[in-house]
Amino acid sequence: MTPAQRRWIFLVAATGLAAFYLWGLSGLPGFGNYPGPYGPAILRVAVAQTNATGVVSAINFDYRGFDTVGEEFILFVAATGVAIVLRMLRGERERSAVDEAADRDVPPTSSAVRMVALLFTGPVVLAGWWLASHAQTDPSGGFQGGVMLATAFVLIYLSGEFLVFKRFSPADITDAVEAVGAGGYAAIGVSAVAMGLAYLKDFLPLGQVPGAVSSSGTIALISFFVGIEVAAAFILIVAELLEQTLLIRQGG
Amino acid sequence: MNTLAVSTPYTVPVAMMDVLQVTLLVLVAAGATAVVLIRDRVRQVLMLSIYGVLLAVLFLAFQAPDVTLSELTIGAVLLPIVILLTLAKVRKREQ
Repeated sequence: MTPAQRRWIFLVAATGLAAFYLWGLSGLPGFGNYPGPYGPAILRVAVAQTNATGVVSAINFDYRGFDTVGEEFILFVAATGVAIVLRMLRGERERSAVDEAADRDVPPTSSAVRMVALLFTGPVVLAGWWLASHAQTDPSGGFQGGVMLATAFVLIYLSGEFLVFKRFSPADITDAVEAVGAGGYAAIGVSAVAMGLAYLKDFLPLGQVPGAVSSSGTIALISFFVGIEVAAAFILIVAELLEQTLLIRQGG
Repeated sequence: MNTLAVSTPYTVPVAMMDVLQVTLLVLVAAGATAVVLIRDRVRQVLMLSIYGVLLAVLFLAFQAPDVTLSELTIGAVLLPIVILLTLAKVRKREQ
């Protein structure tokens, strides 16, 4: 195919795309104008039905809890995939790693980085737990909290050495926590079924006060399991990648 | 029917919110362009992180604080870390 032919094919395709795109844009509702019935309906009933003032969490973990199970398992499968690809399996032998860029200098971590990372580790753990445990009261949730918890472990790596990072997050414990997190969410749903309710139907007492941390039944519990699952999944992914990098740096 | 974005009362004049939202949209567009245009990989990752922060503030200004929290942790912190680690691993082959 000559460049001229290629350019023609591109032009035809680009014109078509532009036409459909503009057609689609012209049919969009006005800015900030949501025409569906779902949003207003759920805003009217959500707080009264679930006692959760974090309505987003109420939707994620209760009304649409089944969708969120799927999303959680996407992350679970992704982390498992990273582990399968990068970990040494039975019957495999690890070839000694070769640093192909031995001439580059690896600067030592500056004490400023160590200091900042050390100072932030505690507050980040606190903030992560706070987010993961307050899904029912405000716009936080297990996902955000879990990721923040994982970044605390990255800070430990920055402030120390990889070995310290490994000591704080041994692979078998990370694996187990991830499995408990993913399984816990699904198990809450199955518990509801065992009681003769619909899958993931909130079966715990909702509490008296909307917006109290102890209110809203299973929403808080699901958020907790999502939090530890997400934290473990990201720690696992970062740890596997770090191990790969450092194998090269130290090997040879 | 009015929607959440329109019907939630702001504590500042609506015009001020408009200015804020438009400013942030322009900043996000500029940040995204910068990510694409920067060719040095490590700098590109740093710009990606800044872009993540901008996007997080944008979500906040559009009344989605829950998405802000996710974007801050994923887009501004974890994604750059994963890319940096990958770069450290494959650096030689790319050069």
